[in-house]
Amino acid sequence: MIGILSLSFLGLFLGLLLGYAAKVFAVEADSVAVELAEMMPGTNCGQCGLAGCTAAAEALVRGEAPATVCPGGGVALAQAIAAKLGIALSLDGLEDPGPQVATVAEEICIGCGKCLKGCATDAIVGAAKQIHGVLDEACTGCGGCMDLCPTGAIVLRPLPQQLKDWNWAKPAFA
Amino acid sequence: MGFLDKITGVSWGVHPHDDHKRPAADVPLRVMPIPATLCVPLLQHVGAPAKPVVAVGDKVLRGQLLASAQGNVSAPVHAPTSGVVTAIGPVIAPHPSGLPFDAITIACDGEDQALPASEMPDPLSLAPDEVTRQIAAAGIVGLGGATFPSAPKAQLGRKHAVETLIINGGECEPYLSSDDCVMRARAVEVVDGIRILMHATGAASALVGIEDNKPEAIAAMRAAAKSFDAIRICPVPARYPMGSDRQLVEVLTGKQVPAGARTATVGVLVNNVSTCAAIHRALRHGESLYRRIVTVNGGAVMDPGNVLAPIGVMVEDLLAFVGLKETPARLVMGGPMMGAALPHALVPTVKGCGGILALSAAEIAKPEPSPCIRCGSCVSACPMGLLPLEIAARVKAGDYDGADAQKLDDCLACGCCAYVCPSHLPLVHAFYHAKGELWKRAQQKKRNEFTKGLAQARTARLEREARERAEAAARRKAERAAQQAAQAAAAAE
Amino acid sequence: MNSPISTALPSVAASPHAKEFSSVSTVMLKVMLALAPATLCGFWYFGWPAISLWLLTVASALAGEAACLVLMKKLVRPALLDGSALLTGWLLAMSLPPWAPWWIGVVGGLFATVVGKQAFGGLGCNLFNPAMVARVALLVSFPVVMTAWVGPSGQSASPGLVESLSITFGGSIPDAYTSATLLGQAKTELSRGVTLLQTFAQGLPVSFSGQRPGSMGETGIVLLAAGGLALLAMRIISWHIPLAMLLGIAIPALIGHAVNPARYLDAGAHLLSGAAVLGAFFIATDYVTSPSSRAGQLVFGAGCGFLTWVIRSYGGYPEGVAFAVLLMNALAPAIDRLCQPRIYGRDWRGNPIKLNKEK
Repeated sequence: MIGILSLSFLGLFLGLLLGYAAKVFAVEADSVAVELAEMMPGTNCGQCGLAGCTAAAEALVRGEAPATVCPGGGVALAQAIAAKLGIALSLDGLEDPGPQVATVAEEICIGCGKCLKGCATDAIVGAAKQIHGVLDEACTGCGGCMDLCPTGAIVLRPLPQQLKDWNWAKPAFA
Repeated sequence: MGFLDKITGVSWGVHPHDDHKRPAADVPLRVMPIPATLCVPLLQHVGAPAKPVVAVGDKVLRGQLLASAQGNVSAPVHAPTSGVVTAIGPVIAPHPSGLPFDAITIACDGEDQALPASEMPDPLSLAPDEVTRQIAAAGIVGLGGATFPSAPKAQLGRKHAVETLIINGGECEPYLSSDDCVMRARAVEVVDGIRILMHATGAASALVGIEDNKPEAIAAMRAAAKSFDAIRICPVPARYPMGSDRQLVEVLTGKQVPAGARTATVGVLVNNVSTCAAIHRALRHGESLYRRIVTVNGGAVMDPGNVLAPIGVMVEDLLAFVGLKETPARLVMGGPMMGAALPHALVPTVKGCGGILALSAAEIAKPEPSPCIRCGSCVSACPMGLLPLEIAARVKAGDYDGADAQKLDDCLACGCCAYVCPSHLPLVHAFYHAKGELWKRAQQKKRNEFTKGLAQARTARLEREARERAEAAARRKAERAAQQAAQAAAAAE
Repeated sequence: MNSPISTALPSVAASPHAKEFSSVSTVMLKVMLALAPATLCGFWYFGWPAISLWLLTVASALAGEAACLVLMKKLVRPALLDGSALLTGWLLAMSLPPWAPWWIGVVGGLFATVVGKQAFGGLGCNLFNPAMVARVALLVSFPVVMTAWVGPSGQSASPGLVESLSITFGGSIPDAYTSATLLGQAKTELSRGVTLLQTFAQGLPVSFSGQRPGSMGETGIVLLAAGGLALLAMRIISWHIPLAMLLGIAIPALIGHAVNPARYLDAGAHLLSGAAVLGAFFIATDYVTSPSSRAGQLVFGAGCGFLTWVIRSYGGYPEGVAFAVLLMNALAPAIDRLCQPRIYGRDWRGNPIKLNKEK
């Protein structure tokens, strides 16, 4: 009898404790989404197929998008997201070509200016009827302009590797 | 470090049983003849690269300015000999990546014509600012390997009102003896350079730390500094990495430099002996930093020793001058503990290059790594008091933030941990990798913030334009409505 | 410009480009060398049964390691040649009753490497000292066999080779040989209400020569200590763990004995009996399962010593080194976390040191 009572009491107590803990330590999904959105490039380029960075962050929180959702953010962002959400990150299938930028092939560009208006970061300079150029430091490599260009003059190319960006590959441990 | 260290001396670091310094250190200094071509890199220092002031086809004289400093932390470069500039552009850097960097290539004419010498005033009678300006103009950078420009460093010293100069004659790397050679052959120049630097920084005294495995250098420096009470020669125990500024400061002054801060914060400034000699040459004889003493050593070298070589000489030419016994298994710029492996011999030397090693296969033999047995050898060896095995475990797991939390930042990359590791783990390699990843991530974050700012600015602009358009449309509509009303009123009358 | 050195690409690797000559196998070899004299002394004392038990234990430990490596499709040769499994089996054999039957050695050796080591992921991954895991498993499972001690040959006639084989493989030890260890005797008598003063009225059977019942790691005490000092001299181990552990046993023993000599053994008896010396120099100092920082090692050693004394004085078993070491093994990661060394230029909390501005 005492055994039944004490076990019931214990169960009740622990149940209450769990319930309380779930309330107190609850993670507000919204705040996580806001934090994730802050980590994103914020250019709303739409490469992920979702309606902008905030939508992508919300999808991440709901578990509907993988940590590798953002092509513009690259591996670095995927790792940061995985760490933030505490999920395992699978980099298989995600080839990281490194940072990429758009370039305009001068001989094909007709100077229509469509890409200029479409660029989320104003990284393309030039004027109508003139050949356009891309500012490497402002381009996120989202590729949005490629779809806008009527002549297919825009391609993505990897940023040329520079001495200061070079890093040792991860060594093989035993 | 524990209390026992007070009795037993330093416990950190390693003491390689054979430092390979001799016989190379005892061979008299040789002067390398001017080669056919030289490549003078534009970035041979910490900071912004120098900006070329000559053009392809220009004829230059020895000591002539080739590229001027850009920004506060930078240094100019000068022509090591007379000749014609044949190219300004990328050459392969002395760096394991094999990636290029910019350099000025000179086809030497063999005449070694110098700029006309000018009268040099006594630097000790000049204002400290003028001395610092001249040091900057001569392109002098820290020659111990860190290559921080000397002039901004001296200014930093004056700003912090440093009291003591620490002159680094440690040269703890095995195989290297260029500083030893400078102290033996040019002790008077070193001491005069120290006096000029004391004048420029306002320091009252100087302590010259020399490892006790260099008795000849200690004797020569003592003789040269005999008449200057403010300069004291202090033999220090030969223990790697004694030549690291933080370790030398602690041994000589008992003070530790706070993490992430410069030595000036504890009232000292560390300069290398070779830098002091270069300062003497620049301010007494007007000789800019265009040549230096380089130790060429290693098992594959025929006649190892110290060579006075122009800066920008191809490693291949330098090795041809001393001769090779066999094909080297690895080429290293710097010492074996911290030096950079070279992709091949067609790379130029730089100001910070104190040694070129051509190592034989036996010297670089390293067995395959085996699992960490947590023996703690790396913990005892680490001069910074880090836990290399813990950092490495985090890097192995890809947990770079965890490695950062273990103060990976404080790691000097001195190599003591990997040197003693019985499991032959690539510890320093792992730390380089993790530091690089953390740096890349920080860069990516900065870039993200920049582009995000652009995107927000664009959104704001588009909104403003839309609003303005809407307002303009509304205005026009109102005007039209008013006009129509007026016309209607007129028609009604 | 195309000389051989520019065309033949040299190897590129991260610094350092120099390496001290040391490896895991040389470390293990040195420990074995330090352990050898005491082992030979044990063979001398306990004769053929001890030799065959030692061989069986070591062979089983190696077999267990090899079998796991084959199952996990890892390279067998390098892992076996590093000597760690051999040393594990050796240390286990040192802690067993020298005349134990053959299956004790086989089960113990297999348990040590299979469950104690490879189940955790192999060398460097095990949380607990494999030899002690096996010893405790054996002690808990087969308490009678594991506490059947014999006196060294000095006290009783040494068995011949045939008799030895029957001891190891036949089953039981002839009653004429059995005898109790000092700690066992003290525990038994105390539990019967006989005070230590009465039990050891003739003086404690303690001697440096080791001429008394016990395991091989208990009898050759002088040679074990000499081996430990040799390890210190070769810088394989540092003084922190052994000294802290011996003090951790000696200090409570001194206090206890001063307070109540009828209840508590004195410090000398504690240090010279059981696996105190073997534990302090060879078992608690196991790299994998002990903290890596100096301060942590002091805490760890002192904990091992104190727990040993507590178990010996109050526990159900007469000897406590194995339990104490395992308990402290479990705490080692926590100790490592809490006892990190101070980093150069930082305070104990890891913040950059502050300078007291004089001006």
